[in-house]
Amino acid sequence: MSARPVLRGGLRLESHKARPLEHSVQLLPAPSIAVLALDQGSGEEARAVVTPGTRVRVGTRVAAGIGAAADLHSPVSGEVRAVELRPTASGQGTCIVVASDGRDEHEPGLAPLNWSTLDGAALLEALAGGGLAGFGGAAFPTAGKLALARVAGVELLLLNGAECEPWICCDDALLRERASDVVLGTRVMLAACGAARATIALEDDKPEARAALEAALAAAGDARLALVVLPAVFPLGAEGLLIAAVTGREVPTGALPPEVGVVCQNVGTAAAVARYVSAGTPALSRLVTVTGSGVRRPANLEARIGTPVAELVAACGGYGDTPPAARLIAGGSLTGRALATDAVPVTKGLNCVLVATAADLPWREAEVPCIRCGDCAAVCPVALLPQQLHRAARADDLAGLARFGLTDCIECGCCDYVCPSAIPLTAGFRAARERQQLHEAERRRAVETKARYERHRRRQGEQAEAERRAFEAARRSAQSDGAGRA
Amino acid sequence: MNAATLLPAVGVAAGLAVVLGAALGWLATRLRADPDSLVERLDALLPQTQCGQCRYPGCRPYAVAIASGEAGTDRCPPGGEATARALATLLGREPRPVDPRYGETRPPQVAVIDEARCIGCALCLPACPVDAIVGAPRFVHTVIEAQCTGCELCLPPCPVDCIALLPSPGEAYRARTAPASA
Repeated sequence: MSARPVLRGGLRLESHKARPLEHSVQLLPAPSIAVLALDQGSGEEARAVVTPGTRVRVGTRVAAGIGAAADLHSPVSGEVRAVELRPTASGQGTCIVVASDGRDEHEPGLAPLNWSTLDGAALLEALAGGGLAGFGGAAFPTAGKLALARVAGVELLLLNGAECEPWICCDDALLRERASDVVLGTRVMLAACGAARATIALEDDKPEARAALEAALAAAGDARLALVVLPAVFPLGAEGLLIAAVTGREVPTGALPPEVGVVCQNVGTAAAVARYVSAGTPALSRLVTVTGSGVRRPANLEARIGTPVAELVAACGGYGDTPPAARLIAGGSLTGRALATDAVPVTKGLNCVLVATAADLPWREAEVPCIRCGDCAAVCPVALLPQQLHRAARADDLAGLARFGLTDCIECGCCDYVCPSAIPLTAGFRAARERQQLHEAERRRAVETKARYERHRRRQGEQAEAERRAFEAARRSAQSDGAGRA
Repeated sequence: MNAATLLPAVGVAAGLAVVLGAALGWLATRLRADPDSLVERLDALLPQTQCGQCRYPGCRPYAVAIASGEAGTDRCPPGGEATARALATLLGREPRPVDPRYGETRPPQVAVIDEARCIGCALCLPACPVDAIVGAPRFVHTVIEAQCTGCELCLPPCPVDCIALLPSPGEAYRARTAPASA
């Protein structure tokens, strides 16, 4: 490797991955009620194509993908009970609730895909039917991302196995046990996106995963596939940072990775692709790490999409009493979101359920003013000045936020972690982003309103003019009538 | 020192004054600031509610008045402090808060017609500056919420007072993302 540091800033965090990795992946039984969130984590909802009462089987499509939402399939056989608002990992969202009949009948017609005979476009179309979405957390439709890459003519397919969050280890478990699936999925995606080569990136703290992957790569004997091992630094798993670490190319502000000839996919997504082409099963389950000192037996589970988090925790022995579980978090300890309830269902983007005790994640002390120590700027992996952004966010200074590069913030939370004043910086940036969008929406609305007002004025002017003309005409005809009579 | 020694200096100064004066005069006509573009830029900062609280018949007339120096930057209650500040910044003036004589800054609101009381008189239709009210004589009217600016201009013509102004539905969202008070 070159002498260039793999990542500017970032954090070297204490790993908490050992306990869930003591056992192999545990297969969780199908839930009796599956709650399928239309937004699987990408922020956009798929369109439900079933109504209460519809009979479904395992693999029946229940919602059609739009934009950043992929197709959604039922993970159980049974009957749709409701399409209603339910608590989800992002707050609340519309969910399709399917009551299982316990028979697990599969949809007829789910057959393996003879992928090696399909050319790029046909393969992309076939993958789009699998409901595959980014298992790394973003849940962006895999087929759509590969199609964009194909159009852009990317050169490298980058497989993201860099699991930098200190508690999450589902990708590690996956690589240990199913490395050959990851390799097969990589080869399928390589054919779909048209890249010349693929690189699987993982960190040096996963020697078992690395050994399994090396064996699987040797068995596959595909010279286009390579492995790269990087140091374990947080947040190296962020897409743009991983691309920079592996290729040395920086994705420009506002652009997507295909701009620099790369498309990035998670290793979990690759395994789901492999399962889809080899068995015909769409994305119906995923690996989830259930961990933290607040759960009795931390483990990696294979859970069906739609399984309530409560069932995952129960499968791991339930919540511990000593010390008591204090917080429930979806995702990692740095970038995750707090959950208000364990009724939230598993989605394609959910990689971890962290049941933290007060000792795992100490509560923040009360926020005190910024002392301008600059620690946040030193750890920011995208070279921003969080203290300046913080000032601009507090003052609601949109021009300042733009000048200090709010759009480049990846919300990794490094600045929060080191801030001695305990300022919730990332939360402030997230809210500022929402305000920025709101402001832009207001500006667009003002432009539309102005156009409507101008049309209104013009029409009123024309009406007044028409009335004046009609009045003149009437008066003239009255005068000429009078003149005729005289 | 006599007058003769001063003469060249006075001559040079006078000459410079004439030459530079002519140059400045020529430049002033040549590079005249485009007043229309200033009006456009001021207008772009206004909220386009067309409410007339500034005592001008719409946002653009107010922008014209500001540009000509006839009106100050403190007459736009719907825009509030942010708009007043933006207008003053564009003109390079000291920002001034909105003058309460022109109205108070309120959270965004929308008009809602009580359809049980509406008599279908159609008097509010031409009053709406942005054509956000749908209706016809002897038919119940309704407000297109997404296009209503909450300007209140539909209130005076209504003979049965069936129009109410309610907080804009986006208000809850706005409150949630407001910057924390430091």
